[in-house]
Parts: sequence; structure tokens; C-alpha cells
Amino acid sequence: MSKVFSFHGGIHPPDNKKRSTRAPIGKAPLPKRLVVPMQQHIGGPADPVVKIGDQVLKGQLIAEPISRISASIHAPSSGRVVDIAAYPIPHASGLSEECIVIETDGEERWIEHQGLGDYTRLKRTDLIEHIRGCGVAGMGGAGFPTDVKLHLSEDHIVNTLIINAAECEPYITADDMLMRERAHEVLGGIEIIAHLLRPSHVLIGIEDNKPNAIHALESVLKHTDLNIDIVVVPTKYPSGGERQLIKLLTDIEVPSGRIPADIGIVCQNVGTTSAIYRAVHFGEPLISRIVTVTGDAVLHPRNLETLIGTPFSTLLEACDLRPEALSRLVMGGPMMGVTADNDRIPVIKTTNCLIAATEQEMPAAQPAQACIRCGMCEQACPAELLPQQLYWFAKGREFDKARHHNLFDCIECGACAYVCPSNIPLVQYYRFAKSEIRTEERDQQKADHARQRFEARQARLEREVAEKEARRKARAEEAAKAQQQKAAAKDDSGAQPAAAAQPDAKQLKTAAAVARTKLKKAQDALKNAEEKGLDGIDTLRATVETLEKKADEAQQAFEQTEGKTPAPATESGPHSAEQAEPDTKALKQQVSIMRTKLKKAESALESCEDEAERSGLQAEVDELKQRFEQATAVFEQAEQAVIARAAGAGIDLKQLRIDAAMARAAVTKGERSLTKAESDEERNRIEQDLAAARTKADELNLTLSQYE
Amino acid sequence: MSTVLTAIIVLFLLAALFGIVLGYASVRFKVEGNPIVDQIDAILPQTQCGQCGYPGCRPYAEAIAGGDAINKCPPGGQSTIDALADLLDVEAVPLDAEHGEEKPRSVAYIREDECIGCTKCIQACPVDAILGAAKQMHTVITSECTGCDLCVEPCPVDCIDMIPIETTPNTWKWPEPPSPMQLIATDRGRGVAASEAH
Repeated sequence: MSKVFSFHGGIHPPDNKKRSTRAPIGKAPLPKRLVVPMQQHIGGPADPVVKIGDQVLKGQLIAEPISRISASIHAPSSGRVVDIAAYPIPHASGLSEECIVIETDGEERWIEHQGLGDYTRLKRTDLIEHIRGCGVAGMGGAGFPTDVKLHLSEDHIVNTLIINAAECEPYITADDMLMRERAHEVLGGIEIIAHLLRPSHVLIGIEDNKPNAIHALESVLKHTDLNIDIVVVPTKYPSGGERQLIKLLTDIEVPSGRIPADIGIVCQNVGTTSAIYRAVHFGEPLISRIVTVTGDAVLHPRNLETLIGTPFSTLLEACDLRPEALSRLVMGGPMMGVTADNDRIPVIKTTNCLIAATEQEMPAAQPAQACIRCGMCEQACPAELLPQQLYWFAKGREFDKARHHNLFDCIECGACAYVCPSNIPLVQYYRFAKSEIRTEERDQQKADHARQRFEARQARLEREVAEKEARRKARAEEAAKAQQQKAAAKDDSGAQPAAAAQPDAKQLKTAAAVARTKLKKAQDALKNAEEKGLDGIDTLRATVETLEKKADEAQQAFEQTEGKTPAPATESGPHSAEQAEPDTKALKQQVSIMRTKLKKAESALESCEDEAERSGLQAEVDELKQRFEQATAVFEQAEQAVIARAAGAGIDLKQLRIDAAMARAAVTKGERSLTKAESDEERNRIEQDLAAARTKADELNLTLSQYE
Repeated sequence: MSTVLTAIIVLFLLAALFGIVLGYASVRFKVEGNPIVDQIDAILPQTQCGQCGYPGCRPYAEAIAGGDAINKCPPGGQSTIDALADLLDVEAVPLDAEHGEEKPRSVAYIREDECIGCTKCIQACPVDAILGAAKQMHTVITSECTGCDLCVEPCPVDCIDMIPIETTPNTWKWPEPPSPMQLIATDRGRGVAASEAH
């Protein structure tokens, strides 16, 4: 037998366990309505997969996990889903959360299910996935999804598997009764876990106040060839705490902020082992558990195999509650449990005990008095913290300091409050401080996130403004440049008209128009002045004369360029086409340019109203039309020549084009599938195909380019 | 005489040496920006609501570093004021009611069938938490919303509500145990009861 070590502190409260172990495990009556909460443990809630009105069978999946740390939930009995809404859940806050309500039909019809048979032949991941699918979660306290723990051997070396059968809290006997009556299930579960984690030895830690359970375990252990040791530890609260039990059995302390797997140890509760056994050998999901119903207010305290979702009232009735005697209903043990507001709250996967206490049994807390700094709390603390110090920090809201004194290593066991002579509700202070710190952290995280988003938005806005500014500047610069050019052109046209500088005909046209308008204005002014006999007629007359001259010049310059530019264009058409006969592309382009020009001129003609200008424009349009027709003719000629040439070589140009396009498509397709290919073999094959497709495409392109 | 002279020369040389070292250090280890602004900004709640009169939390942090009052932030409330007082070593003052009062945290909710798709709220949102396009229905990404209220005012059809965030079992906080003040109150009650009995 292994050596037993010791942990610091601890207390010896009256255990009150015997009363509920006299009767064997009973079966809780089937309630009319089962209320199954979607969140039964730490981690993410499950997501319902059934709708209101659906018929469900016992063991049917009704909600699936949405995150890694989350567990599936199954219908505890057959019936109809009547509601999916928020109902009070077993939580210290007394708040409501989403629950699926099933109206039972009393038939208890099971969904088809079967065990895995020889699980040792399965792949480990498949086995774990099966256990995850059965919604198995830790049945000790926090309800941590079991499959997560079973994966631990992948990135940790697991030497020791510890089965937690200590059940140190007073009143609770669920695990004790389970071991007495179903020791083979516990062993079966241990075998499965050992198969998955491959520890070098397995330790079952059990308190010495459960001799019957120890005996039952010992008798089944004879039939196993696993290296399992039952370690009987002295009764002391809280030896069932994970870290305390590890210290007791191995004398190793789990470092602060780490998990036991970091030192090669994995802990599982006995209840969980039995659930794993049932899941693997019978394919039964976790839909029921053993709950101890006890306390002075019930006449027949005992353990009941209870469906998840059974309201507390059903259990209390089954154990003959004396309603007049009940003063407090506690879910969980007397040390760490929380008071339930009402008896409609349902049993969940982690509900191990229900205490219906009388006034005498659990009197209201005495008013707290001042701390006298006796230091008894420090003597009792199993986590070796300084409870008194933490109390001052929590009270003074110095959460940073509380944190530095390792507040988060506190397991909230209540040993300090139990020994406190001043009746200070120490654990309440720690819970308060912890939740304050957690809220603060959440807020800080949210604030950081908001800051990031705000800054990103700010940067975006600034960038947009800068871009706008840059665009505006570019436009202004362009305008200035155009202005400059205009001025330069003007100067040029003044010095040596159009011919030398070859200015844009358009610009000259505008210049001519401007000159004309100016002249007209001046003429009007002159007329006006003459009629009214105003002063400065002479100056006006002189201005008109100069303007007349300028307008004439501008008109001339414009006409000259107009006359000149079309000439090379008309010439360039047929000539260049003849010279560079195969350049059909350029010809095509020219044709389209001509078409646009023609269209523009035509629309200008339509919108024009002035008679004189109209005739001018008409002439222009006619000329353009002619030129366009010429260019088209030339293009068609060239095209015909190309096709004829291709036909001469025995190739249908159209077909060639289609072939080339198809070859190109084949190449791109090949490239795409190459990036998707997974195995080397496949890749090689695709690469070969691709190379062939490429050569073909290149060849076709080459032939095509010869004709185009 | 020579000892005095030596002492003066030595002191002068030492002063010159330290002067050079300090001068070099001030150039070499020059701190860009004002680090206190970052620290203040880290304490502010980052709702970017502008209730302080500045366009966002960082500008207010800069203003505080420049000597502005620390009690102009209603979303942060007393805890932010206390933290700022602690950081800046000034006295914690109550929240300035002129800038609003401390309200429970909330998120914006757009009544979607009433939204006309004007994008005004999108432009107002300081953290880009509203999704939508012109003439399309808008909606709030609740996980990104800081509850700053800035989108409520520009909405032309008043279809945005500010809904206080509900406490869930995950965000629920354990209450603070009753303080000894109540203890004394009950004692007083006992005293009254005792005197009545007489």
C-alpha cells in the first residue's frame, strides 16, 4: 500500500454521512416535466438542436456543444419538447438561463444505442469522440468536460492517474454508495481512462470513513491486471480537493496557475468513471446521476438515481420532506454548496447533494464581528494562503494586493470561515473579490478592444481625408498645367501661327470662339456708347479694331490647322494599311476611333442651332463620314486578306481562335487544381498534364499570332 | 591655497563630466510623447462617447495630462475617478453631474423594420460597430458596441434603443458581504427594542 502524506490545514466538521447510507440507491420518480439547462458547467453553453413540439426519445441528443470546452446534452427521458426558454438554474446567482423543457410521456422509450464492444481496438481519438458525444462531464464539482482531460496525454506525459473517491464534504454519500453498489462500473471506467492516458500507475484516493466502499473496490480489483492502488487517507476536510488529494497521495504540490497534467497527474472523479463505463459499454449518454437527498427536514434521507432536469421538489417528495421543518435548501455540500431559492430548480450533471436543513441544523449566520487577528484561518487554510490578509484586501477593495497574495489559488473550501471565532463570512469576501477582479478584467479587455477599433477608425478617417486632399491637389496641379500650356499655345499662335507649333485644333477653335465673343461684346459696348454719346468711344473703337484683328487671326489659325490635320489622317488611312497589311488590329482601332469621332460630330450637329455653324458642322460630318467609310473598307480588306491567307494555309481562323482559348482555359484549370492537390502522386500527374496543356496553348497562340 | 585650487578644479571637472553624461543621456534616451497620457488612456473606459466634451477618450486623456479635471467621465464612474486620482496623486472628487450620470452599461439596438438605411448612425459610431449600407437595413454588432449613445441622436426615425446589458450567470458578481455599518444599525434596533420592553 502506498504511503500517505499530508497537506497543510484542513478541518474536521461532523460528517453526518451515515443517515443517507442506510438505504440502497433508489430510483427517483419520473417527473412530469424535465427542465434541462443548456449550461451545466464551466465553458460554453450547448446549442439546442430540437424545436418546441418535437418528440424526443430517451438518450436523444437535444443540444450540441458549440465550443471546445462544452458538452452535449441528451434527453433524460422520452416525451415532447414543450418549451425552450430561460428557467432558474442551479447557480449561486439564482438567475435564469436557457433550458429545454421536456414533458415526459412515462414510457421511457430509449433511442437505439449500443456499446462499442472491444474499445481497445478503436483509435484513441474515436473513443474520446464517442465519450464526448455522450456528454460526459466531471461529476465531482466544476463539471469540466471529460473529453478535454482525456486528450491530455497528447501533449503531457501522464504518469499517475488519480481517482478521486475521497468525498470529503459532510452529508454527501453519492460516491460512497456508487462504489458500494457499482464497483465494477468504477473499475471498468478506470480501465478505459487508463487505456486512453496510459499512466504507469493508478491511485484511488478514498477517505477512511467509507470502509464498505473500500471493501467493495478491493474485491473487484482482484480481477484486474492494471497497476491500481487503493490509498486510504485519513478523514479531513478538504482532502477531496484536487490539489489537496494530489498532495496527500504523491506529496507533490501543483504549482500556482498550472494544471495537474503539467506535473504528470490527471484526476478523475469516481462518478465520472462510472459515466464513462456506461457510455463506452452500453452507449448510454450521461442523462442521470446519483444525488444524495439528506438533511433533518426529510424523513428518509437516501441516495437516488436521478434524471438530469428533475426538479428538486420531486426528490424532496420522494424522500418525504417535512415542509414545516425546512428552513434552508442547499444544493451541494454544507461547506461549498449554495442556497437554492426555490425547489423548482433542476438537477444538473454536477448536482451531487441536496440538503433540506432545519433551522436547528443550519442556523442563520451569526453577525460578523471584528477580526481579532487570531490567525486560526491561516492554520486551517489547505491552500497555504493568508486568509486574514485576503479578507482585509477584499474589504478595502485593494484587489491588486489580494491578487498578489494569490487570491486565485483559493479553492473556496470554507475551512477558514468554519474556524473563524468572529464569524466573518470569509469565503464570501473572496468570492466577491474574485468576481470583481474578473469583471474588471473583462471590462479592461473590452476597453482595449474598443480602443483598438476607435484608433483603427480614426486612422481610416485620416487616410480618407489625406487621399481626398491629394486628389484635390493633383487636380489643381493639372488645371494649372493646362492653363500654362494654354498660355504657351496662345503665345505661340501670336508669334508664328499654328503651323510651327502644330497646336491642337480644338484649342484653336476655342480661342477663335473666345476672340469672337470678346469682339462681339466690345462691338455691343461700342454701339451702346455711340448711341448714348458716352466718353471713351475712341478707346473702345481701338479695342474693337484690335479684337477684330485678333479674332481674324485666331479664326485663320484654326482654319489652317483644320485644313492641315485631316490631310495626313486621310492619307494615312489607305497608305499605311497597304504598307502594313497584316496589322489588322491597328486598322480596327482606327475604324472605331473614326466611328466615335463621327458620332460626336453628328450629335454636335443635332444640338447646334446656329445656321452658319450648322452648315460648317454638316461639312465636317460629311467629311468624317467619308473618312470612316474609307477606314472601314480598308480594315475589311485587310481582314479578308488575313482570312484568305489562313484559308490558303488550310486553317480556319475562327476555329483556331476557339482552340487557343480552350487551351488557355485548360492551363488555368490545371494550375488551380495543382494548388489544391494534396498527395505528391496526384501533384505529379497534374503537373504532367499541365505541361502538355501549356505546350499546346503556346503552339496555338503562336499560329494565331501569325495571322493576326 | 593650492589645496583649495585643486578642490575647485576637481569639482569643476566633476561637474563638467556629469554635465556631459547627463547631456548625452537626455539626447540618447529621449522619450517621445507623454507617457502619462498612455497611462491615463488605459484607465479610461474607451466608450469614446464624448460626454467629457472631448472627441474621444484619448483627447480627454491628453487634456487630463494638461491639467483638466478628472471627474468628467460618466461611463467610467467613480471607479475610474478613483483610479485616475491614484495615478495622478490628486484627490478623488465625485463625478461632475454636468457631464451626465453613471448609468448601467448598455448596448444599442436598432429596431430593424423601422430602419430606413440612412447610414447616419454608421458615421456616428466611434468604433465601427454598426453594419449596413445606404438604403439597406442596419444592425448593431453587440459584441463591439460600447454603449456610448452617439448613434441615438443622429437617427432621423428614432429607431435606436439603448438596452441595458442583462446580467447572466456568467457575468454575475458575488455581492459584497454586508459591512459592519449594518451591524451597528441592528444593535441600535436592539437597543430600541430593549427600551420599549422596559
